[in-house]
Amino acid sequence: MTHWKPSASLQNLKARAQLLSTIRGFFAEREVLEVDTPALSHHGVTDRYMRSMTIDVSSKELGFLQTSPEYAMKRLLAAGYGSIYQICKAFRQDEMGAKHNPEFTMLEWYRLGFDHLQLMDEVYELVAKVLGSKQRQDLSYQQAFIEFLDIEPLSISDEALEQFARSNLGLLPEDLERDDYLSLLFEDKIEPQLGRNDSVCFIYDYPASQAALARISESDPRVAHRFELYIEGVELANGFYELADSKQQLARFKADNQWRMSNNLPEIAIDQSFIAALEHGLPECSGVALGVDRLLMAKLNSKDIQDVIAFPWDRA
Amino acid sequence: MGTITTNDIRNGTKIMLDGEPCTVVDNQFVRPGKGQAFSKTKVLYLLTGRTVEKTFKSGESIETADVMDTEMEYLYNDGEFWYFMDPNTFEQVSADKNAVSDKAVYLIEQDKCSITLWNGNPIDVTPPNFVVLEVTDTDPGLRGDTSGGGSKPATMHTGAVVKVPLFVNIGDKLKIDTRTGDYVSRA
Repeated sequence: MTHWKPSASLQNLKARAQLLSTIRGFFAEREVLEVDTPALSHHGVTDRYMRSMTIDVSSKELGFLQTSPEYAMKRLLAAGYGSIYQICKAFRQDEMGAKHNPEFTMLEWYRLGFDHLQLMDEVYELVAKVLGSKQRQDLSYQQAFIEFLDIEPLSISDEALEQFARSNLGLLPEDLERDDYLSLLFEDKIEPQLGRNDSVCFIYDYPASQAALARISESDPRVAHRFELYIEGVELANGFYELADSKQQLARFKADNQWRMSNNLPEIAIDQSFIAALEHGLPECSGVALGVDRLLMAKLNSKDIQDVIAFPWDRA
Repeated sequence: MGTITTNDIRNGTKIMLDGEPCTVVDNQFVRPGKGQAFSKTKVLYLLTGRTVEKTFKSGESIETADVMDTEMEYLYNDGEFWYFMDPNTFEQVSADKNAVSDKAVYLIEQDKCSITLWNGNPIDVTPPNFVVLEVTDTDPGLRGDTSGGGSKPATMHTGAVVKVPLFVNIGDKLKIDTRTGDYVSRA
């Protein structure tokens, strides 16, 4: 069967155009500069579980499609270009489903001199501008587990956590790691309840083991300054008080590559331009990536990403 | 037997778990916490009929089950097995009590039934949605009462017991919905 017709209605695509215009207006008011960095790069990500798509740039050279514009945008930050934002396409292998398309639209922005709490406020302002005024709830990762599951995620023993997860989540694969149990519990038992009843919910201070590119908290080294935004049980944004330490960043990349090799995955060449930019010095800043398709889904009360993308992958 | 990965799973995909054929009835891709990705599925075990939530690591390989649905004609029952025939090849299969289960009372000779075969053997039998059965026992009918108020049990010639309107008599032929076991109308 050929699907030549778009899966999104004209009405929804008009709402999409309006949303992009609202976002641009929001940042223009705040004098945040719109930038456009390459979607196609020499380097992929070393992330253990996210895979970059590869492209034959020439007969001899392989390129990678970005999974996010983060590295290039941080090079602009290090070069002193100030607070910046970008609306771009991002590409991730194997991500398909009601809330995923392998090619999707991302809004990413960085604010100089902001910590993660200040950036959360700005994310809330943008969301309120798009969706109208909503109740806001802020919960630390720890509070969320205590409130919804009555377990303490930072101090529970590995054994007790595994037992709790296995008795609450049906049949799980063998050999999972601590963060897998936490993430699966969070996804299945907590996420669906976040941002309900016309509210939006921020979760912040994730376990340090899930820091990604966030700074570790100085007051409690068990947690990292990372946050996520949820509306109607769907994750819309992920932000960090950015890690500026090039040595620590390089060490994380190397650890990822070690892990990749011990799990029979290809080693990914580390993006030395990115490391060099961090060595030069990333200004104090926070950054966040927000799924534009999902924000539009929230605006239109849609449960399927196909409603907001003209031609999702099965019709692309 | 083939293998697939979680990327190939769709609703209705037949897979083997714990040595038992299963149908995937729900499948969701998740990548919680920016960690590894999973396929969260609900599977129906086809022999025992239980539904279980099962999570796979994304990309994990899974054994497929050789399960297919085919249309066959019901022939007869010899007291132990129910016999069905493929109308094209005339090949016959015999289904046991587990496969036929409570659908035995809706099997009418020469009716086309959907048979679920696992490795060629019947594991489930679905009769047509509607069958016509004859009443062999019920309380006497109330003449003229077609208003549909009230009901009574009636035993059919196949042994099925159906709730019927009060006007129904022994010898009446009735249309029955085999999915719910409900009376539909007089045939």
